[in-house]
Amino acid sequence: MNTLILLLPLLAPTCAALLVATLGWGRITAGATVLAGVTVAVCGALLSARATHTAVYAVGHSLRGDAVAAVMLLVIGTVATLAGWASISYLEAELRVGETTTARARLYGTLINTFVASMALAVLANNLGVVWVAVEATTVSTAFLVGHRRTRASLEATWKYVVICSVGITLAFLGTVLLYFASLHAGPGGHGLDFNVLAARAHHLDPGVTKLAAGLLLLGFGTKVGLAPFHTWLADAHSQAPAPVSALMSGVLLSVAFSVLLRIKAIADAALGTTFMRAGLLTMGLLTLLIAASLLVAQRDYKRMLAYSSLEHMGLIAVAAAAGTALALAALLLHVLAHGLGKSVLFIGAGHLQHADRSTAIADVRGVLVRSPLLGAALAGGLVALLGLPPFALFASEIGMARGLSAAHLGWPLGAAFLLVLVAFAALVNHGSAMLLGAAPDHAPAIHISAMAAVPLVAGLAGCLALGVTAGPLAHVLTSAGSLLSGGL
Amino acid sequence: MALISESTYTTALDLAAGALLLMAVLAVWRRHLRTLIRLLSLQGAALAAIPIVIGTHTHDLTLVIVGAGVLVLRGGLLPWLVYRMLPGEKPLSDRESFVNVTASLLAVAVLTGLAYAVSRPIVALDPTPATRAAPAAIAVVLTGLFILVTRRRALTQIVGFLVLDNGIAALAFLITAGFPLIVELGASIDVMLAVLILQVLTGRMRVKFGGTDLDQLRQLRD
Repeated sequence: MNTLILLLPLLAPTCAALLVATLGWGRITAGATVLAGVTVAVCGALLSARATHTAVYAVGHSLRGDAVAAVMLLVIGTVATLAGWASISYLEAELRVGETTTARARLYGTLINTFVASMALAVLANNLGVVWVAVEATTVSTAFLVGHRRTRASLEATWKYVVICSVGITLAFLGTVLLYFASLHAGPGGHGLDFNVLAARAHHLDPGVTKLAAGLLLLGFGTKVGLAPFHTWLADAHSQAPAPVSALMSGVLLSVAFSVLLRIKAIADAALGTTFMRAGLLTMGLLTLLIAASLLVAQRDYKRMLAYSSLEHMGLIAVAAAAGTALALAALLLHVLAHGLGKSVLFIGAGHLQHADRSTAIADVRGVLVRSPLLGAALAGGLVALLGLPPFALFASEIGMARGLSAAHLGWPLGAAFLLVLVAFAALVNHGSAMLLGAAPDHAPAIHISAMAAVPLVAGLAGCLALGVTAGPLAHVLTSAGSLLSGGL
Repeated sequence: MALISESTYTTALDLAAGALLLMAVLAVWRRHLRTLIRLLSLQGAALAAIPIVIGTHTHDLTLVIVGAGVLVLRGGLLPWLVYRMLPGEKPLSDRESFVNVTASLLAVAVLTGLAYAVSRPIVALDPTPATRAAPAAIAVVLTGLFILVTRRRALTQIVGFLVLDNGIAALAFLITAGFPLIVELGASIDVMLAVLILQVLTGRMRVKFGGTDLDQLRQLRD
């Protein structure tokens, strides 16, 4: 049973990818894509019931399912389901106006499933080297998704995305090599890159080499999270990618990379004490928050605005991770889940706006609530959720992270982060209200949202709301993930 | 009984690591694309020599076979993929690099010094002949990064990326005598796919921009 739970999240999207590749994008294969997402989420739920205290392994020790993997599978699965569902109406609209061809739709469907499979591997693999391969595979599989629209801007975004992420992740590979070297000299036997082996040997790792390795891993995987200084690809890629892909990248990919950082932090903290990674995470997190907040203020493009909002949330969770207490880490994971849902709703909604108004400029979109109460309400709900207001889950998670930071005596980073989040808050309210509220201009085209297209918008918001009212059965897996990560894996 | 004596082993390793670094420095110096690709191929061969030498010394057949694979991939296949992109290249309107040759070579000298400084803990942990050559590999990594950020042409950026990657692969062989095979294989496939993607993008760039000058990529900004 354990083997099945750990293998299905990899196999289901892979099969869906093969299916789209052979049959093309259609009713059946789109259904298979959604089903693959559901499968990943269900496996996450099953795993969270089983692996709360000890990790389970499958295929020898190649795959490892623990509480962190369970939470991440839930995030990947739910957002993949929403994004898969949204892809149906998205591609339909693109095909109708001739923006894309059936051949490109086939490529899109194949790649989006491959992308989900690589993310599942990145959270399930027990070997840091394999995790690295999986994270680099996400870059490879999303490159042509970012470049799906063949415009100059999307070409530019794709080039920057592939080059910056590949180079960043190469630095992480250098860190992996060094950590393997330290691990080989810390204990007998092979499997020096397996997380369970690394955790067991952590106290014997050479501090000098481990410091070098941890720094490079932080920079490298931080690139994929969008943490400064290698954040520059993020807004370009997110603004040019098709809306459902942006939802997946923003809602899940960033946090999948971050979950790898959390595992590395657990091992590095055991080897070096908490100060080293704390300093790195605080610096990168606060810098990222500063950049995101200042670029949000004068933003003119709503897809870039959403991308910088993701940057803001990633900066925030990096600061929270620096606290390193079980409470802060559990709240961080709840934040990741709720942000994934809220951000997907917003990106998918932004896709509808882009199709209706043929523009991604904030100034070109006015009176959305009047033109389509459904889309307007969904976008407003998503924004309120992302702003961290009750009753949505991000309110609870932000309070949890703040409590974690003050418990770790990190008062000044908490204050600085709070100030920057406030700036971002004001900017988002300002831009959001300009787009949503007010009367519609006379020439504004109607926005039509079909019942099919409404499902992911409503479902995503409902999920985020439900999480805010009660974490329910999730509370248990979140706390065990928090204590796992704060206790050295 | 070792096949080769300890001193021959050390010399062979130092030669291979030295050749690796030399090719990187020459790549900074030279600006012709054809020369760069030839240097890349030679560097791949120098890289392949490292696992072959270590494998012969420690009687590890797997490592020798991996070395042969590296020779095919990094000495042949990857440079050939870059070579195939050559025919459409046009001379740039401005110079190829943001930094002139003299300043570039000076920068590489500084980077090499830096590489020796940062790799002190590595050598200290395990002072074998192989680990002692690690600073050269790290210098190659930094040189690759330097090529990547200072050159203006898409194709040269790809060369820089591959030099950087060669440096990391060399480090892996020198200090850990190779990665678990599945990681090695996965990493190689990922790098190859990344190069293939960049190749397709370069082709699209020629159609859309009429060239591969990366200075034209300035539409997206805040």
